[in-house]
Amino acid sequence: MIVEIANMLLGGLAAGMVLFIVSVGLSVTMGLMGFVNLAHGGFAMIGGYVIVLAMNRLGVPFVPALLIGFIVTAAVSVVFERLLYQRLYRAPELDQVLFTIGLVFIMIATVTLAVGPETQPLTLPDSLQGQLNLGFMAYRTYSIVLIAIGVVIMLGLWLGFERTRMGAQIRAAVDNRRMAESLGINITRLFTITFAFGSGMAALGGGLGAEFLGLDPQYPLKYLVMFLIVVAVGGLGRITGVFYASLIIGVLDFTLKKYLPQGGTVFIYAMTIMLLLWRPQGLFGRPA
Amino acid sequence: MSATPVRSDNPAALALAVRHRFRLAETLPWLLALAFYFAFPRYLGFGTELLITVLFAISLDLALGYAGIVTLGHAAFFGAGAYTVGMLAKHEIWTEPVSGLFIAAAVAGAVGFASGLVLLRTTGLTLLMLTLCTMGLLEEIANMAAEVTGGFDGLDSLPIKPLFGIFEFNPLYPYTQYLYVLGVLLVCFIFVRTLVYSPYGHSLTGMRENTLRMHAVGAPVRMRLIVCYTISAAIAGVAGALWAQANAYVNLSVLGLDRAATVLIVLVLGGYGRLYGGIIGAVAYMVLAHFLSKAYPTAWQLGLGLLLVAIALFARGGILGMVDNLTRPYKERKAQ
Repeated sequence: MIVEIANMLLGGLAAGMVLFIVSVGLSVTMGLMGFVNLAHGGFAMIGGYVIVLAMNRLGVPFVPALLIGFIVTAAVSVVFERLLYQRLYRAPELDQVLFTIGLVFIMIATVTLAVGPETQPLTLPDSLQGQLNLGFMAYRTYSIVLIAIGVVIMLGLWLGFERTRMGAQIRAAVDNRRMAESLGINITRLFTITFAFGSGMAALGGGLGAEFLGLDPQYPLKYLVMFLIVVAVGGLGRITGVFYASLIIGVLDFTLKKYLPQGGTVFIYAMTIMLLLWRPQGLFGRPA
Repeated sequence: MSATPVRSDNPAALALAVRHRFRLAETLPWLLALAFYFAFPRYLGFGTELLITVLFAISLDLALGYAGIVTLGHAAFFGAGAYTVGMLAKHEIWTEPVSGLFIAAAVAGAVGFASGLVLLRTTGLTLLMLTLCTMGLLEEIANMAAEVTGGFDGLDSLPIKPLFGIFEFNPLYPYTQYLYVLGVLLVCFIFVRTLVYSPYGHSLTGMRENTLRMHAVGAPVRMRLIVCYTISAAIAGVAGALWAQANAYVNLSVLGLDRAATVLIVLVLGGYGRLYGGIIGAVAYMVLAHFLSKAYPTAWQLGLGLLLVAIALFARGGILGMVDNLTRPYKERKAQ
């Protein structure tokens, strides 16, 4: 019984950590600029492809490949942000939705043309394969590592958010952009940096999660709703909110898929609808 | 509120009255649609699909273009209508087509009313997420309740009775379907045209442009949005019902994000909030899709993406907006 519950929790937490790593950037950028970015999953996909291709074709080890994925994706996203996104910050939502759906199509098509439509397999290094003995039970090493990475990233982000000047500026801008601007905070620069960092995180998530989320050109559309649900449930611009929301949804999804393979998704949709009706700002967001 | 409006000589009042008057050019799309029937008998299946897309886009235009309700889940109502007809026919409860449309409209309208009642309290990202989740919920339910909905495979070979008891629906030679869909589209179009040019329609535009001010002048904003959403859902339900009847099957594709995104793209391509945007957009999109998407699926997707980005950045009015921009100097010269 305990083993079963632990199984559920560990598997769900590992999935939740990946959700968190991918979605955290989306939450912060949406909170900062109110920009509806449906292409965020696209950056996760680009990152995942860079990481997997670097490993499979160039023979780069796992950890350096993750770094390369982060840097390349962050760099690509800065180009997109400076050239395209920033023109639409004050545009109506519909234009933002259209623009980012268009961007998703472009990303999917480009990846299909450049790499091919098939799923890219991720081969984990030997040290991360197999089972880890936890004392009372054995569990997949990689899931445990994912949980550890997620916790470390969460702590790092929390410290960065709460204890650095940059983090304070972001928090100020999320709460009240105009006021922050009139205090002399350079919002444009702040946003570019946050956007790049968030996309880089998404890339990490794409690579780390490729093992069980899979990695194919349809990735950004397949998980779009999932990432959006996490952000909406967690509340915009709240790192801790996204963290808890990811874990809750990760564990729920994992458990439901195992015991209710048919109706699991229904439950998550229904829960999200109820929650957003009750608290439109999300579980951990502040009321507008 | 006098019963008969007084004709004023005020130029503004005249302009308003003239703007809504029936113009001869408006018969053109319908004549072309009839001509298509005689000119391309081999493409009537495609034509039927095109007309249904037009109807679906017009229903979205009412909610999105006129009332400004940004939704990503409009396929929920298309699917509700399609599944209503599909399930009633498959279980041989109701197979008569025309009354089936009314039932489908009622069911989709009820879904629209119920969801609108709670959804339309929210705006922005929350609203977007709620419409998306509502559609996802319906899709999953349709997938799960395999006993009645056929689950993933859907329901096929639906026994639809002949139209008016005389004209058979033949999936291979869709002559009946084409004219039937065209007729329903015409009725719905006239209804929507009357609606958006009515004071009610203008109040919708007002809410899109400035909700706060509409509240201030005392318009019952939420109730009007809900009514609009319900009507829009009912028309989308009719479109879905037509789709099910014309193809004699339904499956999960009627409910998915794909269909919702496609109709949004169609509408925006043509130009939203313009009544004819849905027609122009559907023709442009469907013709392109018909010739390109099968032959070059990846290039098609790339082109579609570039097109969307270009529209969002440079041509917010879609095709009709561009035509407006191009002809504006000419029109202004004529007015002087």
